Amino acid sequence: MTIAVVDYGMGNLRSVAKALEHVADGVPVVVSDDPAVIASADRVVFPGQGAMRDCMRELQARNLRSAVLEAAATRPFLGICIGLQMLFDRSEEADTPGLGVLPGEVLRFPESDMVDAAGGRLKVPHMGWNEVYQSEPHPMWNGIPDGTRFYFVHSYFPQPARPDLVAGFSHYPFPFCCAVARGNLFAVQFHPEKSHRAGLQLLANFVQWNAPAGTLTEGATCS
Amino acid sequence: MLARRIIPCLDVAGGRVVKGVNFVDLRDAGDPVEVARRYDAQGADELTFLDITASSDERGTLLSMVEAVAAEVFIPLTVGGGVRTVADVRALLNAGADKVSINTAAVQSPAFVEEAAGRYGSQCIVVAVDAKRVPGTPDDAPRWEVFTHGGRRATGLDALDWGRRMQANGAGEILLTSMDRDGTRVGFDLALTRAFSDALSIPIIASGGVGSIADMVEGVTIGHADAVLAASIFHYGEHTVGDVKRAMAAAGVEVRL
Repeated sequence: MTIAVVDYGMGNLRSVAKALEHVADGVPVVVSDDPAVIASADRVVFPGQGAMRDCMRELQARNLRSAVLEAAATRPFLGICIGLQMLFDRSEEADTPGLGVLPGEVLRFPESDMVDAAGGRLKVPHMGWNEVYQSEPHPMWNGIPDGTRFYFVHSYFPQPARPDLVAGFSHYPFPFCCAVARGNLFAVQFHPEKSHRAGLQLLANFVQWNAPAGTLTEGATCS
Repeated sequence: MLARRIIPCLDVAGGRVVKGVNFVDLRDAGDPVEVARRYDAQGADELTFLDITASSDERGTLLSMVEAVAAEVFIPLTVGGGVRTVADVRALLNAGADKVSINTAAVQSPAFVEEAAGRYGSQCIVVAVDAKRVPGTPDDAPRWEVFTHGGRRATGLDALDWGRRMQANGAGEILLTSMDRDGTRVGFDLALTRAFSDALSIPIIASGGVGSIADMVEGVTIGHADAVLAASIFHYGEHTVGDVKRAMAAAGVEVRL
């Protein structure tokens, strides 16, 4: 059994790999830009940071797009941060088309709404530890109390077109989706690899997740 | 809601913690991994490492230290000191830093911040602003000037204008240090902190002058800081991160307990 972390050249994957190794109980964690390695891994982690347009471009340039689509449709798959955002149809960030694995859009925190209850200004990026509320029981939430804080750093958030995709949400200042789930796929806007014990617990859950087997026909645009 | 962050800062040289470390129960107080673990256990929200030697020939040592810490501590790590090129930024991120702090090089080349943020994203680019109050400006309308080289060199830049410019250039966060207060232990320059926090839309980390837990609380309640950073108050073992968080919670500040 192996866990592959998809490397499309957009920066630091060491943290993700180290955190996974910490909880993987000896299961090899491979950081790879080789589509064949992704294709043969039992579990796939799809991280991301930086600008989504650059991430999409690099994914394409490195011929990793179809390996990621195939993994997202068939095997335990964990998207993190931009790795979550890329799964959607499109993002407001530089009007960038995504992979279309999940229906919906990625939106920027609107300047006009960024005021807290006391009238104070809320900063963008949304950076720091915020409470994550679980919309539904899920094996990925095992051992994590509802409302646990995770570490976020982002200026855009997903808005799934179907409410049943939402697995978790946070508030800034309005409720926004920060975790999505469908079959073998789970994705989070926050950074479990930087979220201390709760983050490690979520990654441990992923390593052990007995996810339902997906098929390539699931999802509209996985062809 | 989003919690305000408490960030212990560690000065390092040659891969060792060098300033003000006086833990009684640590065999090797200068080991960054041990110190980082300790703060992590206390509930630190992030850690900041500043390489005070910042010499290029010790770069490898710094990178090894970052690697060692990042393999053990799973909270965000910011590393700064002598970051001058995009290659420096890349090397630190690849070693396991989540954010890189840029100071003097930003003043020397504002386009460097733009380039680094464009390549790696604003989320990992912190611009450190060392500000000193302009003598003679009135207390009800104070102004501050940017200094570099550890506060020794004046730049002529108005600090607030500079902060706005760095935000426009893609900085994801400002590490704001009052050079008037740094090392004094009499508290933050709250007017400075508040002026920055209210004027900018990116998070502000207040730094310089903390001598007590109350100082850190005021950084948030009066200074409006998104995060507060301190070194000596933690290093000398006077207070733990948990002490600060409990005081903040008691003052109605949202924290991660």
